[in-house]
Amino acid sequence: MRSLRRKLFRELVGMRGQVLAIAVVIGAGVMTLILSVTTLNALQLTQERFYQQHGFAELFAELKRAPESVARRLADSPGINHLETRVRSGIRLQVANFDDPVRGLLLSLPDGRQPGINRLYLRSGGLPDPERGDQVVISEPFAEAHELRPGDHLQAIIQGRQERLTISGIALSPEFVYQIGPADLLPDYQRFAVVWMNRSTVARATDMDGAFNSLVATLQPGASAAEIQVLLDAGLARYGGQGAYDRDDLPSHRFISEEMNQLRVMAVAFPLVFLGVSAFLLSVLMERIVRTQRQDIAVLKAFGYSNAQIATYYLLLTAFIVAVGLLLGIGAGAWAAEGYARLYMEYFRFPTLEFRLQPGGIALAILVAAAAGGIGTARAVHHSVRLTPAQAMRPPLPEHFQQSWLGGTRFWRWLDQPGRIILRNLGRHRLKAILSVLGISLSTSLLLVGSYQFQAVDRMLDVQYRLVQQADLHLSLTDPTSERAIGELRHLPGVLLSEGYRSVPVRIALGHRTYRTALLGMENRSVLRGLIDVRHRQQSLPEHGLILTDYLADELGARPGDSLELEILEGERRSRTIVLAGVVAEPIGVGAYMERRALNRLLGEGPAINGIWLQVDKTQLDALLPRLDRLPRVAGIGLTGEAESAIRSYIDETVLVLMGILLLLAGSITFAVIYNNARIAFAERQRELATLRVLGFSRGEVAWILIGELLLLTLLAIPLGWAIGSGLAWLLNQALSMDLLRIPFVITPQAYGFAAAGVLLASALSVLLVMRRLYRLDMVSALKAVE
Amino acid sequence: MNADTRHDVPDVSSTANSVFRTNGLTRTYRVGETEIHALRGIDLTLYAGELAVMLGASGSGKSTLLNILGGLDHASSGQVLYRDQDLSQASERQLTIYRRDHVGFVFQFYNLISSLTARENVAIVTDICRDAMAPEQALELVGLGQRLDHFPAQLSGGEQQRVAIARAIAKQPAVLLCDEPTGALDSATGRQVLEALLAVNQRLGTTTVIITHNAVIGEMAHRVILLRDGRIASIERNAQPCSPSTLVW
Ligand SMILES: Nc1ncnc2c1ncn2[C@@H]1O[C@H](COP(=O)(O)OP(=O)(O)OP(=O)(O)O)[C@@H](O)[C@H]1O
Ligand SMILES: [Mg+2]
Repeated sequence: MRSLRRKLFRELVGMRGQVLAIAVVIGAGVMTLILSVTTLNALQLTQERFYQQHGFAELFAELKRAPESVARRLADSPGINHLETRVRSGIRLQVANFDDPVRGLLLSLPDGRQPGINRLYLRSGGLPDPERGDQVVISEPFAEAHELRPGDHLQAIIQGRQERLTISGIALSPEFVYQIGPADLLPDYQRFAVVWMNRSTVARATDMDGAFNSLVATLQPGASAAEIQVLLDAGLARYGGQGAYDRDDLPSHRFISEEMNQLRVMAVAFPLVFLGVSAFLLSVLMERIVRTQRQDIAVLKAFGYSNAQIATYYLLLTAFIVAVGLLLGIGAGAWAAEGYARLYMEYFRFPTLEFRLQPGGIALAILVAAAAGGIGTARAVHHSVRLTPAQAMRPPLPEHFQQSWLGGTRFWRWLDQPGRIILRNLGRHRLKAILSVLGISLSTSLLLVGSYQFQAVDRMLDVQYRLVQQADLHLSLTDPTSERAIGELRHLPGVLLSEGYRSVPVRIALGHRTYRTALLGMENRSVLRGLIDVRHRQQSLPEHGLILTDYLADELGARPGDSLELEILEGERRSRTIVLAGVVAEPIGVGAYMERRALNRLLGEGPAINGIWLQVDKTQLDALLPRLDRLPRVAGIGLTGEAESAIRSYIDETVLVLMGILLLLAGSITFAVIYNNARIAFAERQRELATLRVLGFSRGEVAWILIGELLLLTLLAIPLGWAIGSGLAWLLNQALSMDLLRIPFVITPQAYGFAAAGVLLASALSVLLVMRRLYRLDMVSALKAVE
Repeated sequence: MNADTRHDVPDVSSTANSVFRTNGLTRTYRVGETEIHALRGIDLTLYAGELAVMLGASGSGKSTLLNILGGLDHASSGQVLYRDQDLSQASERQLTIYRRDHVGFVFQFYNLISSLTARENVAIVTDICRDAMAPEQALELVGLGQRLDHFPAQLSGGEQQRVAIARAIAKQPAVLLCDEPTGALDSATGRQVLEALLAVNQRLGTTTVIITHNAVIGEMAHRVILLRDGRIASIERNAQPCSPSTLVW
């Protein structure tokens, strides 16, 4: 076997370009697999550990105000393991040298100690001193955004009173892994903070002595969350309970879960495509090798090598390529996964990242890559084994061709001889041509999917910020307020337009499906908050009935005309049956809408609002913001422009990084498919090409036969790739639709153009590389070789 | 004039009539450390309209010489003149044009394009030449007027070789270079191929060089050139070349 091994080595060296190209595609598949499996694993592990070690709550409930005794009663309910009360309140913060308003969520801690549930992970400093009312712990991302350290000070407005706070510690909480402000769509670390303070201080500031307005609980193993939810709701209804909810309705947990689902889709879809393509490339290469080595195989067999030995030999060849691919893929995957997981850590704030390359993930990658290699090689090895020595020893016959149906046509007569060579070659190897077209079209489709994502995300943000959220400023009020406040704001400097809205937490149900969200009561023809349909036309609100985000309506299985159960999670907690009047197609977030006065009636209140949208003259923003800041009932001020740039940078950093990698990989596949094709076409035609050179054809003319064939394949593949890519994009679109955002399914002409250009570029590159060989083609030796 | 002999011997002495002239032509191959001297100084003149047969042991340098004459390969030193053109100084481009316009090649293994029919295999050459004859006419000349639309795989070895000859002569080249054109054929088929070559030589006046291991074929030539170890060992004139049909091997 030693000489066989030497032969193997020489062949690998001879085909290093192709070996590498295929290995890269295998590597790409392995990399996406490792990337998604490892990241998924890291997230899961980290999340589990953090939740477990810090006693993450399983049920949550907010209410208006209840005496502590209520909680003691509830804590004894069957199924509840542990129950804790706390006080929570919105606050406004001012950070030195930062002009924008900052909203905060104030949460109480038991004086001087950790709570039993949702324990803090202290990154630095310590808990507030039980004796000191001014000390607070702040959330780490906020501290980082402003470079705040223990000992630093903050100005705060709590219930309208100005306070000077001292930072005692910086912490993370399992409740705010994904730290997002109420009603926000994405984290804004500079403008939203979570602040923890001693219970006694918070209670004094918010008039909650001996009372609570928020509770968290853990369950006994096997207890039904739904039943306990009902129990809590009943117990808290009298106290302005807003409905208990579980982890799935907590934004932080929900977003992590959705992200993990995305990773699961990725873990299946991308490796499948890449490894499928590499199986195809391997099969083409191996068949070609076996074909050209008929004689070698015959000689080896004639000298007594067994079928098994010969099969082993070819399998070793594949194994080598697969091994190189695996090494590349595992290396790149580990590297990318670590980077990707770190990227996640920007958004998902865990104390430490439990990042580990899982042996399971690697084993899976090896298995899948080996399967792809095996499938790709099986046919060729089968051929080599079936070949009898006598058969293989026969001198080579010219390949069989036939006149095609094109033969007599005018098109055929118009074709020159090179044109006919191209067409007949493709016709002769129909299966290979079809597979090549398929391979190239797959890469076209990947390029399309990649660029689709880029552009669709951009389009989504445009829609959200140009058509839906048209206000520049957004004020949330501490309590429902008379609508007169809208008019008063118009007199402030720089305010061009103001519109009020009323927002209440609700639970919407149809059958057994329920969803918690905010119901927004707004002006019928709102100028500052658009409601658009799929075609981006502004919708007007019906006089009665409810409008839902189409995604939410689908989740509930509701269609316009259906009656929905609407439970108001505020005040008297009324329940109503309400008709779904229509749906709107906003790309970000999910919501429910109705006419404001109708909502006021539903709530049994006068014409009240609890939020205001403003359109302002941006040049006067500096004068306006401090004025707004001084208004007593303003709970928080949001700047739409800031939110937009925050979301754009989030997208840039996560989605687009991923898509960038995808584009790179698609490019490498495209290149590998076309290069492999070109190389094999060159090797097989070498003799004919040399003959043509001898007959006086120039290099360019001879090259045309190769280029023409590739070009034809590529041109056939592009429309097919567009079709496949559109399908893939649609599937991806469906798979990745989530509460947070839904990327619109619009493929722009630019995306199609980009995909086509990418494939053509890869073709051109491969052709250039093969052309180098053509230029070095030695006519004399090419003709001498009897193939 | 006897049916078995031919007397239309071209003038093989005056330099004015020469097609090729080589002076001190050498060709060395370098394989690793060792140098292989394939040609060690060839001085040879080939004349318009002559049919020369080149003989010599395997490895004596026949193919190497033919490839250099045909513009497929460069000499290591010395000079090759085609009429007034110095091939040893020619660029790759000039050599391509030279091959296209003046040279026809016939190989031992035919080297037809398997995806083109007989007619198209000839047309591939006539398409790029100015004074080419019609492909049908060229195939008629080698006796294949009836097999125009057959693919190489549908033709016998001899027929394939005759298509290759038709392809080589269709552009009416000044020289026809054949490297063992009958090497892969039985004697009857070989004779048919030689007939075709002779017909071309006589009707078109094409200077023809045939490499062969078969000394008998020398009897149809005007001159027989014998190579040994990269040198010309002897050149014999044949005053009475005979017809291929009388050759026996
Ligand atoms: N590409 C090459 N590299 C190295 N040596 C070569 C090469 N081509 C030819 N030779 C050597 O040059 C010498 C002459 O070769 P050439 O092919 O001209 O012989 P030939 O007379 O045509 O032989 P045959 O009758 O076997 O075809 C031989 O010794 C051969 O080994
Ligand atoms: Mg030879």
